[in-house]
Amino acid sequence: MSVRILLLAAALAASPTVLGAATGWPMQPMTPDLEDQPSLQRGLGLYANYCLGCHALGFQRYERTADDLGIPHDVALNELVFTGQKIGELMTTAMDPESAKAWFGAPPPDLTMVARVRSPEWIYNYLKTFYIDESRPFGVNNKVFGNVGMPHALIGLQGAQREACPAGTADCRELVVEAGSGLLTQEQYDQAAYDLANFLHYVGEPMRLERQRLGIYVLIFLAVFGVFTYLLNREFWKDVH
Amino acid sequence: MEQAKGRIPKIWSSLVGWLDERFPVTETWEYHLSKYYAPKNHNFWYLMGWLATFVLVNQLLTGIWLTMSYIPSGEGAFASVEYIMRDVEFGWLLRYLHSTGASAFFIIVYLHMFRGLMYGSYRKPRELLWLIGMAIYLVLMAEGFFGYLLPWGNMSYWGAQVIVSLFGAIPFVGPDLMEWIRGDFLMSEITLNRFFALHVVALPLLLVALVFVHFVALHHVGSTAPDGVDIKKHKDASGKPLDGIPFWPYSVTHDVHATVVFLFIFCAVVFFAPEMGGYFLEKPNFEMANPLKTPEHIAPVWYYTPFYAMLRAATYPLFGVPAKFWGLVVMAAAIVIPALLPWLDRSPVASMRCKGLASKSMLGVFVLSFLVLGYLGITPPSPWATALAQLCTVLYFAYFMLMPWYTQVEKTTPPPERIAPR
Repeated sequence: MSVRILLLAAALAASPTVLGAATGWPMQPMTPDLEDQPSLQRGLGLYANYCLGCHALGFQRYERTADDLGIPHDVALNELVFTGQKIGELMTTAMDPESAKAWFGAPPPDLTMVARVRSPEWIYNYLKTFYIDESRPFGVNNKVFGNVGMPHALIGLQGAQREACPAGTADCRELVVEAGSGLLTQEQYDQAAYDLANFLHYVGEPMRLERQRLGIYVLIFLAVFGVFTYLLNREFWKDVH
Repeated sequence: MEQAKGRIPKIWSSLVGWLDERFPVTETWEYHLSKYYAPKNHNFWYLMGWLATFVLVNQLLTGIWLTMSYIPSGEGAFASVEYIMRDVEFGWLLRYLHSTGASAFFIIVYLHMFRGLMYGSYRKPRELLWLIGMAIYLVLMAEGFFGYLLPWGNMSYWGAQVIVSLFGAIPFVGPDLMEWIRGDFLMSEITLNRFFALHVVALPLLLVALVFVHFVALHHVGSTAPDGVDIKKHKDASGKPLDGIPFWPYSVTHDVHATVVFLFIFCAVVFFAPEMGGYFLEKPNFEMANPLKTPEHIAPVWYYTPFYAMLRAATYPLFGVPAKFWGLVVMAAAIVIPALLPWLDRSPVASMRCKGLASKSMLGVFVLSFLVLGYLGITPPSPWATALAQLCTVLYFAYFMLMPWYTQVEKTTPPPERIAPR
């Protein structure tokens, strides 16, 4: 069994369609910033409007999200909760998993921890590299997640993006958006992709800022306490020759 | 100390007197602490025993609190871990203390065992002490393995699947044995539940009992000294070893300071890098267990990887039995072989400081091969990696198998009679 698993693992690692890194697509850097609340709020807005219909954040609660992102509860309920849920509930999706399986081949995965499984950078590049590919069931393909079984949910914002290489190029590295085909300019779309990736980075580990803040106090305490334990030890060991 | 005695309130001494008549309080205190003598030149390497105990307590306490919110079921396990991370007050801290503690435990235990190799802590009269320690190490490996399944992430699932399937390679009984371990035809909730029972009840009890026996044996034979001096040889008129210091308060003040330094490093990881770049918490484990989705590259957690690399290094089927079975044999032998050290070491001296060039180089080769194997166990297999793993496996075993020879032929220096003044 394990030999088969290892072979399978090796085959998967060798195939070019597993991870962005494995496809050889040159990843654009993306540094998340959890202190940037407006970005996180915009990311949440985009997520609620374009993603949450299919992809649950099934381990995260609306209340926690609203509180962490500085959104009043009534605003959150009005603007973000379209399922009649209460503020303390988990951010699940209303989509029926059985129908979802029929439509997409597999139910759309929960994305609460996607930024921890992949990386915020991966998400940013993934959102930016959908391109028109008529051979695929949803008419689009992706550069960092080859043959992805998902439509381009943000195509209305980004517009139609195509490969810009001469016909027959095997591994095309150039994508161009058809001018005027999307609601947003390229810069605006880049920002939207950033905000979404940033938001998913937050949802992956919502206590990250609290953890780092507390960590500084803990380390300062230990450093100061360590001076005293050092002196105590030195005082006792004065007797030992 | 004499002056201090006068200041102890009478109520305290009468309380102790009352207790002493019914329980050996003073006797225990003196035997294990205030009159237990350790060599005065104990160094960095001698801190690891105490730190291992400290981390054990951390694992027990955080483990108890995690159990309060964890749900051992196929449907609920993964979600309950995220519930702990998000909804339980300071749940994230408990979880990271526990997950970082697991890795810290192994780092400390490996350093502790290295100290034993370096200063001959396994030699007469400490053979039993060493064997108890080896038993602790085995239980610890099992404890870590069972615990790793509990978050029910995809790496939990597939890692456990790979290890359990190793037993399937045993001729004749393999497939049945595998089913017996899992309690099912594949990894399932039944497996999760029994691993939970073993992780939170059976093995911790065993671990604590073994650690206690480890202390009892240690305090009976006493600690080694780095240069191989036996402090019991030179005592003053009252029977106090001249080169020893009482554990209380001298070792304790040492250990307290060491604990704070350790905690500084430990907390830096807990608060700023709990995933440790995917080595302490592996990325695929943030995805729920999925029997239909194999992670791209299955690797056990770092502390098992040296042995995992040795398992994969066996690539030849022998006597009609598949290579996987021989891999299992090599791995089991590699884990158990240090238990034979007390009888493999034929050197007239205990400490590496007195041993010859052969022992020193072999220890260096051993440590290097262990580290290289650890690295190879993390990386995906490739032809050159397998060849290197085979070489390192041979070197790993050579350290043990050749020991009766090289410890006898090399030139050693006699240990000093007394520990040099500080």
